[in-house]
Amino acid sequence: MAILTYREALNRAMVEEMEKDLSIYLMGEEVGHYQGAYKVSQGMLDKFGEERVIDTPISENGFAGIGVGSAMVGLRPIIEFMTWNFSLVAIDQIINSAAKMNYMSGGQFPMPIVFRGAGGAGGRLGAQHSQAFESWYAHCPGLKVVCPATPKDAYGLLKSSIRDNNPTIFIESEVLYGSKGEVPEQEFTIPLGLGEIKRKGTDITLVTWSRALGFAEEAAGILEKEGISVEIVDLRSLRPLDENLIYESVKKTNRAVVVEEGWPVAGFGAQIAYLIQKNAFSYLDHPVERVTQMDVPMSYAANLERLSLPNATRVADTIREMLQ
Amino acid sequence: MVFSIPKDSQSVSELKEFYRQMVLIRKFEEAAAKAYSVGKIGGFLHLYIGQEAVGVGSIAALTPKDYIVSTYRDHGHALARGLNPKPLMAELFGKGTGISKGNGGSMHFFDRNAHFMGGHGIVGGHISLAAGIAFASKYKKEDSVTICFFGEGAANIGSFHEGLNLAAIWKLPVVFICENNHYAMGTPEYRALAVKDVSVRAYAYDMARDHIEGDEVRKVKDHVQVAVERARRGEGPTLIEVSTYRFRGHSMSDPAKYRTKEELEAYKKKDPLMRARHELELGGIKTEELDKMDLEIQSQIDEAYQYAETSPEPPLSQLHKYVYAEDK
Ligand SMILES: Cc1ncc(C[n+]2csc(CCOP(=O)(O)OP(=O)(O)O)c2C)c(N)n1
Repeated sequence: MAILTYREALNRAMVEEMEKDLSIYLMGEEVGHYQGAYKVSQGMLDKFGEERVIDTPISENGFAGIGVGSAMVGLRPIIEFMTWNFSLVAIDQIINSAAKMNYMSGGQFPMPIVFRGAGGAGGRLGAQHSQAFESWYAHCPGLKVVCPATPKDAYGLLKSSIRDNNPTIFIESEVLYGSKGEVPEQEFTIPLGLGEIKRKGTDITLVTWSRALGFAEEAAGILEKEGISVEIVDLRSLRPLDENLIYESVKKTNRAVVVEEGWPVAGFGAQIAYLIQKNAFSYLDHPVERVTQMDVPMSYAANLERLSLPNATRVADTIREMLQ
Repeated sequence: MVFSIPKDSQSVSELKEFYRQMVLIRKFEEAAAKAYSVGKIGGFLHLYIGQEAVGVGSIAALTPKDYIVSTYRDHGHALARGLNPKPLMAELFGKGTGISKGNGGSMHFFDRNAHFMGGHGIVGGHISLAAGIAFASKYKKEDSVTICFFGEGAANIGSFHEGLNLAAIWKLPVVFICENNHYAMGTPEYRALAVKDVSVRAYAYDMARDHIEGDEVRKVKDHVQVAVERARRGEGPTLIEVSTYRFRGHSMSDPAKYRTKEELEAYKKKDPLMRARHELELGGIKTEELDKMDLEIQSQIDEAYQYAETSPEPPLSQLHKYVYAEDK
């Protein structure tokens, strides 16, 4: 096993896939000469040249559209958004073109494109630079939405996303880029739509993904000392969704809480809560609870940012209350 | 280098005032950089050092009723507008006494009273906002003019093209000022712009244009003044490109490896502050007087730093405040 950072794992996945398939290219702001704004594409320009690692001007709508157009005629683009905040400039191409192309053409135009980049709340970047976007994109049929939390998952899921014939929204966690973990040296992939039990437990099911997995694990550690056993389901991808993994766990624990980085209203956790009550209602001993970012734009002030984001304490408090 | 020596007392005092403002910006940002490096300021910090003459010269062409729209590189524009450095520094520190009450940070200075319409973080998005503010001035038959700053990188985004076209067809009172510092993050202009001279794009919108060097503060003012007056007369917008340079990286986290030391040194020789200082000396101002001025500004900045440091964080009760406007 090699120990890789989350960013190195992503880099390795792209490099391996690009070595195998000439139709794959990487495009975005600063991906080449600058080696990536967050250094995810470090070394790739040297390896693949300017034809395949392509720096763009600040023109998100333009290069997202170029990606979609090129995918219509056989290329397999990886489009990097420096951060997902800037994808809003391109959201028309992502939703109105990429997500709907195969459908509206009666299956003539599959869309093998990956949109990827940094997401979530960074260290005090303020309202326009700190936001979790997975709920926005998971709303749209036609898109796949992937949110890895560990280097291993980042590697295996990115490879699957690149090989997938559908548009994939691959949201990396900005604060996890430097985090380290074991990644097998042998090549492998992780199918989209396969969650993972990251921690076994018996008292409550905690459903989460991406950075919030860290809050969940920390909370589970705290609660373990109090004799509370938490099972953590890491969804890894929101579309497709590993529903059965959630239900199986809830059947065992009879309680569920969803922990996510995004806002509460119409957030993805609401969908999970709905599905659990619909499909595992008779197993529930408590309404499904959620721990989310506060329902406010992100403040710059350190104390308000802290208050705004979900954290282990809030998760642990919620679980204690549910078990009372 | 050709120096334009201030000849009469009026131009001397104008240049002196410009010099004072530029030094204020420089020292403010040097203090901010220091605070950032010891973790007192978080997030992104984009410095304006090297570009001071653009903001100071441009904003000097405005009256208090005119509007200013800025980017995430907004400290210089705010100070040139005459905003007090104390609440600006406090904003950088994330304090409740900040100009945006700590909610905004470095990229989001706002001052409604001063018609300082914000630092905005999404590249180019604010260009159509500026057109909108100018639209309102025209709508309300007020003769305010809006100036909008942005980088050459922003000239590639849809909002630039749409904003300029709308401003042109409706003859909105707005002046678009492209501060071309030749890099958008690590991307040099030649890799981002099909036509490097941004001001030439004005032709596409049948708009007046201008293109100047940004190291000479009075020249910037004179040129922007022409555009502001044109806008005020109802003759529509102007696109002005001002060539300038940032001495630091894109933000504090950028080591700026994409440019050479020689290039940086060459531009540092054209430092607008040094130039203004030299011209003041040629105009008869004593070095000692300028040194004294520098010291006074430094103590003003020290005070702002102190104020920011000792101000309280915003109250936790502020978290849900301002998400929606309060009823009147
Ligand atoms: C739409 C969008 N894309 C990308 C970014 C990230 N970003 C912030 S500043 C910047 C460079 C902008 O360069 P320029 O417009 O020339 O202004 P300068 O920083 O040189 O003043 C980039 C790419 C962003 N904030 N918004």
